[in-house]
Amino acid sequence: MVTLIAATLLTLLAVITVTIIFQRSLLGVVILSGMYSFLMATLLVVLDAVDVAMTEASVGAGISTVVLLATLHLTRTREYAQPRTALLPVFVSGVVGAAIIYGTLGLPPFGIADSPIHRHVAPRYLERSEIETHVPNVVTAILADYRGYDTLGEVTVIFTGAMGVLVLLKRRRRNGSDKQDARS
Amino acid sequence: MKLDVILRIGVKLVLPFVLLFGLYVHFHGDYGPGGGFQAGVIAAAVVILYGLIFGIEAAKRLAPPALLERMVPLGVLVYIATGLPAMFLGNRFLDYGVYAEAGSGNRTLGILMVETGVLITVFASMTVIFYALTERGR
Repeated sequence: MVTLIAATLLTLLAVITVTIIFQRSLLGVVILSGMYSFLMATLLVVLDAVDVAMTEASVGAGISTVVLLATLHLTRTREYAQPRTALLPVFVSGVVGAAIIYGTLGLPPFGIADSPIHRHVAPRYLERSEIETHVPNVVTAILADYRGYDTLGEVTVIFTGAMGVLVLLKRRRRNGSDKQDARS
Repeated sequence: MKLDVILRIGVKLVLPFVLLFGLYVHFHGDYGPGGGFQAGVIAAAVVILYGLIFGIEAAKRLAPPALLERMVPLGVLVYIATGLPAMFLGNRFLDYGVYAEAGSGNRTLGILMVETGVLITVFASMTVIFYALTERGR
């Protein structure tokens, strides 16, 4: 049953990806990528990664869509006409795609229990986290306690990102001059 | 904003529950899926949805940009401040053991405080980015 649901979702993801490629209107692309994120979130729920699914649904489908729509409001919403020959782009994406597929051949089989990531620290977290941190959700225990430094780094990244956007986009009002207001 | 009545009333009805769900995700992050990051995004979604339906000016009265811009670094500072007491008491930075010894019973207080820092920064960042993008267009 899980395989059937996952296969259906993956097929839909592939259909949406192909639709996005042939879509000329950027508004359509934004809406389709929102649908892509929601399908991805559903797929992550099927794979029991509920925390990631929640993030994907809220950030990928929610905030990203709104931010992209706001960006389209600032720019044009039609893609430029295609260049005369598409040979070079096709060649580049073909090579990159082949390299990625070649890379996945070296990965351990999907869902296998004794792959390296499941043998390193993961068993210890699963066995000891509730005793050591009193937090039933292992994801929260790892993120906020065992990996507290990493999460501090992530918060700093978000802070830096917000500051970058503000520096680039925010309209400042200089004291005593309404030049910016007059223009807008 | 001359929008559909159904949209405006519907959003008014839905928003309190979305906000409540955000708080639930934050405070229940120890037990269920979610945590400060997801709660911050959901809380930001409340302000953004309000802004989309009732106009950016109304959203700015609800969540003033000047306050939000101060909340972005505040969250990082809350996170760092949570780690400092342990350092001064001779433990390692971000060792929540001190909160267990101080009488709160267990280490979850430290985790909740750290998640609150994440919540503040994420909520403020998302909303501030939304404001910056929308006010640029006019």
